[in-house]
Amino acid sequence: MTLADARARCPQLIAHEHDEPADRHWLERLTRAYFRFSPAVTQLPPDGIAIDITGGGHLFGGEQGLADLAQDQMAARGMTVRVACANTPEGAQALARYAHWPAPDERGAIQALPVVALNLGEEATRGLQRAGLKTVGAVAARPMATIAARFGIEAVRAIERLTGDESAPIASLMPRQALRFERRFAEPVAHRESVAVTLAELLHEAASSLEERRLGGRRFGIELHRSDGAVHRLEIATSAPTRDSALVLRLFAERIGALADPLDPGFGYDSMVLTVLRAEPLDPVQTSIPGATDGMIDDARALAELVDRLSTRLGPDAVRRLVPRDSHIPEQAQFALPAIERGAPAPWPADTPDGPPSRPLFLFDPPQGLHDVMSEVPDGPPRRFTWRRKLHHVRLYEGPERIAGEWWRRKGGELAGQGGLTRDYYRVEDVRGRRYWIFRHGLYEETDGPRWYVHGLFA
Amino acid sequence: MQLVPFLSPAPRAGSTAASARHALGVASLDDALAGGLACGRLHEIYGAQLEDAAGAAGFTTLLAAGLAMSAQGPRAVVWLQEKRAVQACGSLQGQGLSELGGLPHNLLFVRAQNTKALLQACLDAVRCPGLAAVILQTHGSLPELDLTASRRLLLAAERSGVTVLMLRGGAEPVPSAAETRWLAASAPSRALAANAPGAPAFDIELLRQRAGPSGLRWRLEWDRDRRSFRETEILPFREAEIFGAVVPVPVRGPAADSGAGALRPIPHAA
Repeated sequence: MTLADARARCPQLIAHEHDEPADRHWLERLTRAYFRFSPAVTQLPPDGIAIDITGGGHLFGGEQGLADLAQDQMAARGMTVRVACANTPEGAQALARYAHWPAPDERGAIQALPVVALNLGEEATRGLQRAGLKTVGAVAARPMATIAARFGIEAVRAIERLTGDESAPIASLMPRQALRFERRFAEPVAHRESVAVTLAELLHEAASSLEERRLGGRRFGIELHRSDGAVHRLEIATSAPTRDSALVLRLFAERIGALADPLDPGFGYDSMVLTVLRAEPLDPVQTSIPGATDGMIDDARALAELVDRLSTRLGPDAVRRLVPRDSHIPEQAQFALPAIERGAPAPWPADTPDGPPSRPLFLFDPPQGLHDVMSEVPDGPPRRFTWRRKLHHVRLYEGPERIAGEWWRRKGGELAGQGGLTRDYYRVEDVRGRRYWIFRHGLYEETDGPRWYVHGLFA
Repeated sequence: MQLVPFLSPAPRAGSTAASARHALGVASLDDALAGGLACGRLHEIYGAQLEDAAGAAGFTTLLAAGLAMSAQGPRAVVWLQEKRAVQACGSLQGQGLSELGGLPHNLLFVRAQNTKALLQACLDAVRCPGLAAVILQTHGSLPELDLTASRRLLLAAERSGVTVLMLRGGAEPVPSAAETRWLAASAPSRALAANAPGAPAFDIELLRQRAGPSGLRWRLEWDRDRRSFRETEILPFREAEIFGAVVPVPVRGPAADSGAGALRPIPHAA
């Protein structure tokens, strides 16, 4: 039914545009409200919630009692809800959507469901219906090999999950317990050595916990609670997941050394908390056998450690890697990303030797203005120019390489004269042999008296 | 608060890297250097004039790119830039680096708030055995980078086998613990068709070498296909022909014929 049809039938109809992200967000909030029934709760987009009540239903008065509670909770939020219980999440979902629950015989109820409950997509459902298979039971009675041959293995799996022959656990939305390690002292501790020893112990605990979960930490934080209530918080980050407590301890030492005002223990610390703020999967690696030629791995590790140490001391923005970016505007053709966030070197397009370099080694951003430029009109090269109060005579030149502005990014840029100025780049060499990348900002028909700039220096 | 004593990396099993030499591919140059540029040592590259910072940087980049090429694959290079050097030269451009023959993906570049922090970072980088080279690019005189500091860098470099290239623009040579000291400048290239600038060319002068000849000059051209330097003859500097009738011939410097002398700037009449 189209919106026009619906309006014709019901003039009072209020129409809203479908806001999918808002729906998803709302479903997630509703899902989180069901953690009171079970730790294993997940959302079934677009409009379903699955709760694993295995072994927990009796606490809420059995399946029926739990269903009533769930319904009440939804009603309090102004939502109507259909509830069903079954042996598998898929079965429960199908019963809730296509049948009435409670049914006296769950297996029978699932067998009687229409084939659309298999959720195989429109084409497969129509195919099954054309074959005369109207219910799930009728499909399940066929040999599975023929179903697999016609509709793929996914169809067989859907049938088995629905009938309870196969089950997959649900992935709970419940957040995993944070990796938090605390040490409380009987007496306030002010000695640096004791603090350092405690930190090392906490890091060892964290390392073994991380190893159990096959994780490595990327960000670690410590909180030092002083006896007068002040809390010192310190954080470090690493470029690769790690469980190496010695490395993390060194980075904390680096971090403390870089503090503007040193840590003041005052009357001592009451407690210390170490938190793994961000963890990533890290499989155990075989440590190299002493004497083996395992140089590259050691080198990579040494380099990662250097990045971590410098980033901790100088700040994450001080150590960077160059990453190519898809833009033809020269000053936007690369990113300089913090190396600590990008552990691996960025891939650059392979260099295919073809004449001298077309792009400069160094780029000025913003470009530096030139004075007294003598050039040929309309698009001839500059013959001489003054830069940094020195006159340069051009001996060799190549160009122009015309680079248009990114008119599609500008509002109204597609209109004539609104797309930004075109730049004409010239690779020039002066009589001393210095090579410059200079450009004229704007064509003569675009602007009156376009200005010249030096944008880069070639080797 | 010092939590752990500083751990210096143990010398590697194959610390012969310190005595290895990297051949530059030009016979006369390699002969003068007794086989090539010594790895695990300090080398200083000075820009001949204020405007030659980019030329000297290009020469240094190519040295570092050569050092980074190893049998196991390319190794990393750390490029430390002082703030004044960024103002004088601009920031490094990945594509330009790649087209010149450098390795932008293997490059880590570091900037620091002050010179002291930069030198400390440089020392840390030199201690890291996984690197091929560390480039320290500075501009202007740098009182902190004295003999003691360079000696400290040299000791760390000898331990780890990392080659340190100190790229100094707009500065006068000062005593240091460097193995070699170079004066580098951009040189006029050999023109391509239609008067286009040709392959990057450099005028280099070996100012000083520990236990070796010095005071020698070369004009090198970078061969991108072979990824190596090539010596070219120094073309006569024909100012009058270039300027023609466009401008009057300016006053020539004392060594203008060699192309490396000083061209006296014409007063800017604005």
